[in-house]
Amino acid sequence: MTPPPTLSPAAPTTAPDLVAGFPFPFPNPTYRYTTNVEPARGVVTTPAGQWGAAVVDVDSAYGEELAERAAILERDPSRHAVLPHMDVACWDAMLCLMRELALARPDAFTLEVLDDLEGGSRAAYRWRNDLLGIDHTFVLGDASTLPDEPLRWITAQVQEDVVLLDERDGVLWGDAGVVTFAADWSFGFDVGMSFLEIHGPVPRIHSEGVITRAHEFIKRLQPNETYRRTNWTLTVHRRLDVSTETYPAWGPDRPMVLTVDDETFGRLVHLRTEVQHLVRLPESGAVMFLIRSYLLPFDELARVEEWRERAAAVIAELPEDMADYKGIATYRDRAAAWLRAQAPTP
Amino acid sequence: MNARIELVVAAVDDAVPGIRSLTLAAPDGGRLPSFTPGSHLVLDVPAGEGRPRRAANAYSLTGESIDPRHYAISVLRCAPVAEGGTAGGGSAWVHELVIGDRVTATPPRSAFAPVHLATRHLLVGAGIGITPLLSHLRSHVRWGREAELVYLFRDGHGAHVDELKELGGDRVTFLADRAGLAEDLVVRLADQPLGTHLYTCGPAGFMDAVVDLATELGWPSSRVHLEPFGVAALDPGDPFTVGVAGEVLEVPSGTSLLEALEDAGHVVPNLCRQGVCGECRVDVAPGSSPLLHRDLFLDEETRGAGDCLMACVSRAVPAADGRAHLEVTL
Ligand code: FES
Repeated sequence: MTPPPTLSPAAPTTAPDLVAGFPFPFPNPTYRYTTNVEPARGVVTTPAGQWGAAVVDVDSAYGEELAERAAILERDPSRHAVLPHMDVACWDAMLCLMRELALARPDAFTLEVLDDLEGGSRAAYRWRNDLLGIDHTFVLGDASTLPDEPLRWITAQVQEDVVLLDERDGVLWGDAGVVTFAADWSFGFDVGMSFLEIHGPVPRIHSEGVITRAHEFIKRLQPNETYRRTNWTLTVHRRLDVSTETYPAWGPDRPMVLTVDDETFGRLVHLRTEVQHLVRLPESGAVMFLIRSYLLPFDELARVEEWRERAAAVIAELPEDMADYKGIATYRDRAAAWLRAQAPTP
Repeated sequence: MNARIELVVAAVDDAVPGIRSLTLAAPDGGRLPSFTPGSHLVLDVPAGEGRPRRAANAYSLTGESIDPRHYAISVLRCAPVAEGGTAGGGSAWVHELVIGDRVTATPPRSAFAPVHLATRHLLVGAGIGITPLLSHLRSHVRWGREAELVYLFRDGHGAHVDELKELGGDRVTFLADRAGLAEDLVVRLADQPLGTHLYTCGPAGFMDAVVDLATELGWPSSRVHLEPFGVAALDPGDPFTVGVAGEVLEVPSGTSLLEALEDAGHVVPNLCRQGVCGECRVDVAPGSSPLLHRDLFLDEETRGAGDCLMACVSRAVPAADGRAHLEVTL
C-alpha cells in the first residue's frame, strides 16, 4: 500500500481523471447556503468533463484513500462508532453500498443473492470486489460470516465517509458511522447527537430555515430514495483528514500559507468539494448520509478558465461570517487574488 | 407526480371470505426493491365501472421485505356506493383482478416503521389491520428482536393465520371477541418491560380502544404507534388550468404545474421537485384561484400574500365560481 500523500510538500500532478471528474461546486456567481438537494445520479457536464452519474464513485485515488482511511482508523478508533440499536442499519448500509458499487462499476464489483429468504429466514450473498481481490460469501445478519463489523468492512471498500441517521419521535439521530475525512468537525464528538444539534454552529442556516427544511425533507424520504447536494471549502495540502481532533497538525497551515510564494500557494491551496448523498435504507428505515471529499489544487483549477473565473468571484464575494465558519477567513483574500492573477493575458 | 412502477398479478388467493390476497411481480420476473417493514403500496385504481374518477388506494405489504421476488397485499372487499355501501370501489376492483393483469403503483412507502431503540415490540391488530403487523413480525423474527403479537378476528375470517403461526409460534395469540381482547390487553399492557413499544392497526374504534387502555395504564404516547393509513403519498390533486405567456394549459390530476409547464416547452429552474429547495418558485398574477401550498419552502407570510407558489408540488383549488385557474409569469 502506498503511504498517504497528504504531507508530501511537492504534491504529485493530479491524475487526469481527478480533474475530469471534479465536481465543481459553484453553479452560481455567488454562494449562499440553500437546501440545494436534487435527485441523485443526474450527470453534470463541466468544462473539464463530467460527474454525478454514480452514488458511490470510484476513481484513481481508490487504493490511496482506502489506505489512508485504514491508517486513520488504526490511530484513532473513535472515527468508527455504532450504537447498539444500529446493527440492522449497518447491514442495510453494507448491502446498499455494495449495490451502488456494482451499479457504478459492473466490471469490478458484483453482488449476487444466493438463496431466497421466505418466512423470515436469512439469505446468503456473494460479494466480489476485484479491485481489492475480495470474493466473499456471507449470510445476512450473521456477524460470524463477515471478517469485520459490516459498516467498517464496507467503508474499507468505498472512498465515501458514512453517517447513519436513525429516525424516532420525528427527529433524526446520527447514531452510527465511519468518518475519517471530516472537514473541520468531529464524528467522535457528534455521534448520538440529533441532526439539528450537529448543525448547531453553522452561521445563517438557522435564521434562513435551511436546516429545519432539510430535516423535514430527509424525514419524508421513502425507501430507496436517493438525493444529493454539494458543499465546499478550501484546504491547504491534499489533506483529506482535517477533522477537529487533528487540528494541531493542520491548523497552522492557514497562517503559514500566507507566507509562501505564489507558485507554492497555487500548489498547496485546494478547492474541496463534498458530494453528499442521502439514501433511505429499506430494511432499517435509517437514512444513510454519504460524504465524498474531492480536492483539486488551485494550479490545476486555474487551467480551466471558467472554473478559475467563477471560483475567484465566489471566494471574493463570500460574506465574512461564512468565510470564518469555513475556516478560510485568513487566506481567502489571497486565494481570490491569486485566482484573478492567473487570468489569461488578452 | 410520484413515480410509478408497473406490476403483474402473479397469483390470487380468495380462501378467506371477503379477503383477497394478491401476489404482484415485476413484469420481467426480476427482484423488486426492498422496503421497510410496515410499508404500503399505493395502487392506482382506474375510473369506470361505477367509479367516477381514478383513485389511489394504499395497501400494506405483507411479504418478504429484503430483495423480494413478489409484493404481497391482502385486501378486504368493502361494498362500493353502487352496491349501497360507502367505499370508493377500489377494493372491489382489486377483487376483480385476474392473473396476468397489469397494475401501476407507487414504489413501497413507509409510514409505520418499527422503532429500533425499542427493547421489545408489542403488536396488536384486528381484522385486515393484521397486514402491516405481519410484516413487522417477520422482520423481528429475522433479526432476533423480542416481539409478541395479538390478533383479533371473527372466526373463519382471519387472514394469514397459518403464516403467523409458522412465523411466530407461541409469540402469537389469536383472539375471537372484543371482551377477550380487553381482558388479555389489561394484563399484557400492564406487564411490559420499560422500553417496549406498542403498534396497533385495525378499525378506528378498535385502535381507539387499544390506545385508551394504554394511556390509562400510563404508556407515554411516544411509545404507542398507529398505522396512519394512506396519508403518506401526496395525492394527485384536482385538475386546473394555467395561463402563461398568452396561452392556456391544462394541468391534469397527477401532473404537477412544473411538469405541465415543462411539457409545454417552458423552462422552469428546479432541483428537488419535492417542494424543499425553493428553485421552482413561480409568480402568480392577481385574479387567480386560491392556492393549495404543499411545499416546505415558503413561509406563512409569503403564502399569505398569495402571489407565488412552488410549481413542483403546489396547485390551484377552485374559487367560489368553481373555476380553478392560475395566471403565472415565468
Ligand atoms: S423544485 Fe425544489 S421546491 Fe420545487
